[in-house]
Amino acid sequence: MKTTITVNGTARTLDVDSRTTLLDALREHLGLIGSKKGCDHGQCGACTVLVNGARINSCLSLLAMHDGDQVTTIEGLGTAENLHPVQQAFLENDAFQCGYCTPGQICSAVGMLQEAADGWPSQVMEDVAAIVDLSEAEIRERMSGNICRCSAYPQIVAAIRSVAGGAA
Amino acid sequence: MSSVKDWAAPNPITENRGGLIGKGVDRYEGRLKVTGSAPYAYEVEAPSRPAIGYMATASIAKGRITRIDTSAAEASPGVLLVWSHLNAPAQAPRGTRANPRSQRPSNPALASDRIENFGQTVAFVVADTFENARAAANLIEIEYAAEQGVVDFVASFDQADQPPGEEDVHIGDFPAAFAAAPVTVDETYESPVQNHVQMEPCATTAWWDGDKVTVHTSIQMVKGGQHALAETLAIPSDHVHLLTRYIGGGFGGKGQAYDDLILSALAARALGQPVKLAYTRQQMFHGTIHRPAVSMRVRLGAQPDGRLTAFAVEAITHCARNAIFTEHAANFSRNLYAAPNRLTGHRLVKMDLPGAGPMRAPGEAPGMLSLECAMDELAEKLGLDPIELRIRNEPDVDPETGKPFSVRQLVQCMRDGAARFGWERRNPKPGQVRDGRWLVGMGMAAAIRGNFLLPAKAGVRIDADGTITLRQGMTDIGTGTYTILAQITAETMGVPMEQVKVEMGDSNFPPAPGSGGQFGAATAGSAAYEAGMNLRKALTELAVGDPNSPLYGGPAEYVTFENGNIAIENRSETLAALVARAAPEGVYVEGSISPAADARDYSQHTYGAHFAEVGVDTVTGEVRMRKMFGVFAAGRILNAKTARSQITGGMIWGVGTALTESNVVDARYGSFINQDMAGYLVPAHADIVDLDAIFLDEADDKANPMGIKGVGELGICGAGAAVANAIYNATGVRLRDYPMTPEKVLEGMLAVGL
Repeated sequence: MKTTITVNGTARTLDVDSRTTLLDALREHLGLIGSKKGCDHGQCGACTVLVNGARINSCLSLLAMHDGDQVTTIEGLGTAENLHPVQQAFLENDAFQCGYCTPGQICSAVGMLQEAADGWPSQVMEDVAAIVDLSEAEIRERMSGNICRCSAYPQIVAAIRSVAGGAA
Repeated sequence: MSSVKDWAAPNPITENRGGLIGKGVDRYEGRLKVTGSAPYAYEVEAPSRPAIGYMATASIAKGRITRIDTSAAEASPGVLLVWSHLNAPAQAPRGTRANPRSQRPSNPALASDRIENFGQTVAFVVADTFENARAAANLIEIEYAAEQGVVDFVASFDQADQPPGEEDVHIGDFPAAFAAAPVTVDETYESPVQNHVQMEPCATTAWWDGDKVTVHTSIQMVKGGQHALAETLAIPSDHVHLLTRYIGGGFGGKGQAYDDLILSALAARALGQPVKLAYTRQQMFHGTIHRPAVSMRVRLGAQPDGRLTAFAVEAITHCARNAIFTEHAANFSRNLYAAPNRLTGHRLVKMDLPGAGPMRAPGEAPGMLSLECAMDELAEKLGLDPIELRIRNEPDVDPETGKPFSVRQLVQCMRDGAARFGWERRNPKPGQVRDGRWLVGMGMAAAIRGNFLLPAKAGVRIDADGTITLRQGMTDIGTGTYTILAQITAETMGVPMEQVKVEMGDSNFPPAPGSGGQFGAATAGSAAYEAGMNLRKALTELAVGDPNSPLYGGPAEYVTFENGNIAIENRSETLAALVARAAPEGVYVEGSISPAADARDYSQHTYGAHFAEVGVDTVTGEVRMRKMFGVFAAGRILNAKTARSQITGGMIWGVGTALTESNVVDARYGSFINQDMAGYLVPAHADIVDLDAIFLDEADDKANPMGIKGVGELGICGAGAAVANAIYNATGVRLRDYPMTPEKVLEGMLAVGL
């Protein structure tokens, strides 16, 4: 079936098997290998992309559900020569090792920073109506859907803090 | 053969004039990884669009296939091929080593109707798309004649035997000394099956060109994978071109060839087109190796002053019936504490489970969970601080072999760590510190992990533009190998990092043993260093022999390499100018490293000390990390940034070991209960709070020419025990069964009246 999505600013029409996930559409049909398949069950976060600005696990979503949507993948955030601030912070803080969860962590961080800016509360906030202060505890809570088996967690939090601090 | 005496001489790495050794430079391949543009094995560009494979797996532990019906799968849309044991291509029988130099023997897939473990591959589908392949695989009907397998570890201790070729180590008279000791500990500690859970499931993309196959696969050992595939397909190994440039985590679990490598290569040949195949996350749990469960009995006998007089660590573990592997959980204890009367050894149960194998710090990782808690228990009985108890048993020489230590800073690690962590805040009496509904406690543990050097080669070339390219059949599984090889090469050649390229993970390159056993940096790095030194020699000869060089006729022994220049005092030119003029086609040399003849005259290890502070919820039994700090001594550190990441990553594995990571066997089917990342719980962001580590200054000139050692496995060693000891200090509940989940902690607290 035909689905049109806008990926990293470019409209793309795909005519693929209706069982195709958004993740497989990106990886197998659009050649966007940055989004990773770590579990295919929404348990690891390696497939995280931004759909209409919000982070989702692209493995849990069928392409057919996204007709007309704006999708941003890791490839849409920055390039090796012109990194997005979060990518730059990951590089400088050594916030990754094997690199397989990294695009998902970065997309998730970008989505999370926007959620915080928009005032979305989290479980660790004492006052859910307060302005979100992106403390380490707050970042850890909001990033816990993204697993890093190399366990670069302290560096990932430091990287996100450096960007969040810079934006504040 | 070289000697450690040669290694002790100053060299460009130890002199570090460019300052690159130790510097926390960003990862060499970092920009590719943060932009998602590093292609992993399933993502490489093939000559044409690959067909997609999907495996079907066995639902019994032992027995045979009595009927298999693939007709519906074959008729399913898009299907190109369906194989079972009935029609799979001929492969060499398992264990065949037609070429005696092969590092790994054949490992055929779909070889017979026999089922040897739950999750064994029993059928294979290739289709035009992933969706079609998966759907077809689900249409395959299989019937089995199941047999009773041995799948319950604890119920099978009576079948435990001495591992092949091993004997217990007896020193002095342990039984008499233990019986006579005034203070004793005699406890048994259990650690469960653990899974590697690398973020990238095993995967291969394969294609053929005539009678030669190219495979991009996710594997830690380049030559091992190349040889295993060649032996299985019964083709010469130089007909297999294996590449593994980016690997999404290994941790020991990708040290061998699995069915993805074999089946994708076979199918690509049969179909005459590229084929790729990835394990699903669920298939990884049974289709690849795991760390086996270990039951460890520790007996310590001490004098009232804390000196150990009797010391025994005995481990029972398990492996697959057809793949002998011993988790050497007692080995580390042979080098750690002094005691005149000693007993260490292992027993092995052969079971009908998937293959057991190495996982980050095999031996030490589960082993230290026992002794480092037993030492905590002994310290309390003696009324000694746990650090003081360890210091009183610090050996002058290796307690088993009597060999001198190459360098040993264990005591310094403990003292430094205690000061930085604030160990003096710890109340030695457990259960005393409350923070609302939380009980708070601190624990520590020592860390030890052996250091190794294996034979390796490397090639290095310089081109006319001055670019220096290191080539090696080495891997980077996230450890930082690309980066440290670039640093070593740049420092050896006296050039900036920007002038160096590193190419790895290719079976056509000079071989290195790969990533494992925390030998990678020392082994691959030393070969890179030797190659660089040979390139210095070649360029020196070129310069002093070239009438057009300002160095012409100069004494070779005075040639220096700095800032991209080759020089003799104030006569210099750039390397690029020299090569462009005197060898415009470039210069290529190789170098190699092998263990020094006298290196094993020394007891060589890396060391550390872990400190943990936890809060235990008195209502739910949940344990939350509050702080963790480690001090480590692991030779000269090549990259402050990547080494710290390696070590803290290991420590976090220790937190997972202590608190959440476990797989249990469903004895009805011989399967692991946890088959995904929602059931097998690795640490997540919210689990890790205030965790850091430092390295002590050190250089081990008995280890290799650079005085470096490995750091990839040291961080996990002992880390879980520090957490367990902190739980005890918080609550007075001594758990000896990992992981320490809320229900166990709660039960323990109720038992002590909390």
